[in-house]
Amino acid sequence: MDLLVEKAIKGDRLSLSRLLSSIENNSAGSQQALDALFPLAGNAHIIGVTGSPGTGKSSLVNRIALEYRKRRQTVAIIAVDPSSPFSGGAILGDRIRMKELSGDTGVFIRSVASRGSLGGLSISTAQISSVFDAAGYDKILIETVGAGQSEVEIAGLAHTTLVVEAPGMGDDIQAIKAGILEIADILVINKADREGADQTELALRTMLELDHPKPKIFHHALLMDVVPLPDQQPDESLWIPPIVKTIATNGTNVEELTNRIEIHRQYLLNTGFWARRDSERILHELETSIKQQLFQGFISGIEPSDLLDVVQKIQQRTLSPHNATQILINRP
Amino acid sequence: MNDKKIRVLIAKPGLDGHDRGAKVVARALRDAGMEVIYTGLRQTPHMIAEAALQEDVDVVGISILSGAHMTLVPKVIELLKANGQTDVKVFVGGIVPNADIPLLLESGVNHVYGPGASTEEIIHDIRTSMTV
Ligand SMILES: Nc1nc2c(ncn2[C@@H]2O[C@H](COP(=O)(O)OP(=O)(O)OP(=O)(O)O)[C@@H](O)[C@H]2O)c(=O)[nH]1
Ligand SMILES: [Mg+2]
Repeated sequence: MDLLVEKAIKGDRLSLSRLLSSIENNSAGSQQALDALFPLAGNAHIIGVTGSPGTGKSSLVNRIALEYRKRRQTVAIIAVDPSSPFSGGAILGDRIRMKELSGDTGVFIRSVASRGSLGGLSISTAQISSVFDAAGYDKILIETVGAGQSEVEIAGLAHTTLVVEAPGMGDDIQAIKAGILEIADILVINKADREGADQTELALRTMLELDHPKPKIFHHALLMDVVPLPDQQPDESLWIPPIVKTIATNGTNVEELTNRIEIHRQYLLNTGFWARRDSERILHELETSIKQQLFQGFISGIEPSDLLDVVQKIQQRTLSPHNATQILINRP
Repeated sequence: MNDKKIRVLIAKPGLDGHDRGAKVVARALRDAGMEVIYTGLRQTPHMIAEAALQEDVDVVGISILSGAHMTLVPKVIELLKANGQTDVKVFVGGIVPNADIPLLLESGVNHVYGPGASTEEIIHDIRTSMTV
């Protein structure tokens, strides 16, 4: 595993690919590999691309990646698709729209199945992203289908989140999913060549105006309004999500979209939100990690039969779950 | 704890236009618990090998109807090897004349399936090829 890490960060693509698998598979040594890579990460700009099925996310990711390649930025793409809850298998088809990126060693595309995660975003997506980060990729584009928790999760992981809509997929305000504006840093109306793009734009604009935009930040995995820092102009800390209309199939307006992504990055850096977002995310990850480790340590010290005993008592209503927890935790 | 899944790339090189058979296989493999990376039509051998590398697949399934298998398939195998992916299994499905089958197997293909092959057979062969 050490050799794999060493070769991966030196640019060996097969080693990088195998490293990603061992992390996805939770293989022996993968945690140590992540620990070793950790000091090298933290430089990449993570861009989330989410939205309803078929709105053109993959086609758009393809175009944005091409645009970044023109700008001499290296690009890693993580394309997440759901695993079947029945078989655990998956069909990962996002590469179909990314053919133009093949043959370019400045791009690395990895398809990821959500596996056990209920939310839709793979548990290992954050880890895969940090491996690409450590391997030196400038931009990490993460595509996830907007369903359930995944879009909130992606907004917690990404620095810049794009929400992709398309005309004709329900142009009225009710059809645009609640909460989408909270997570969007940039709203994209793709398939602008289709009829109804203007109505979709109008609907989004109306929603934006109703929303009274306030800067948001993730705190304990919840979106919270940001209180401006004392030395900040109030309007400086305000980000109103721009609406960009694109045609991903021929690349129309993707340059403009990429400019917007870069403006958002600059905004995060200028306002100090880049660091604040990172520190909130780190706190959340730390809490999760502590919970997991404490729980593992605790539960492995309990005899399964003792646990079953307590379950029975709770079932018979002779012990409340709260009292049972107290007893278990405070055992000598 | 190891949560390894079998990962299969399904590629369709050449210019022939429809991929119904490839899609049927893709769905069957998914329903058998595998992760199938589906790359669509008109893949060159270079594109197939590159995708296999980035996706770290265990199996590359090549679906061919165009009759160009004798040039395309050995090229894919050569590129996989050049990339260091010597352990990847290669399965070929589609219309392959009987006389060509031994030649393909000799070039490094693990299995060749005709149009009548059952998905159960393919799933079984993939699973067995993983354990050796
Ligand atoms: N007319 C038009 N079609 C588009 C545009 N962008 C994408 N498409 C088509 O829309 C379909 C879906 O595109 P994808 O890029 O696969 O969409 P997606 O959101 O990634 O889809 P999922 O990953 O399945 O959710 C394809 O047939 C694309 O060719 C566009 O700007 N205009
Ligand atoms: Mg897609």
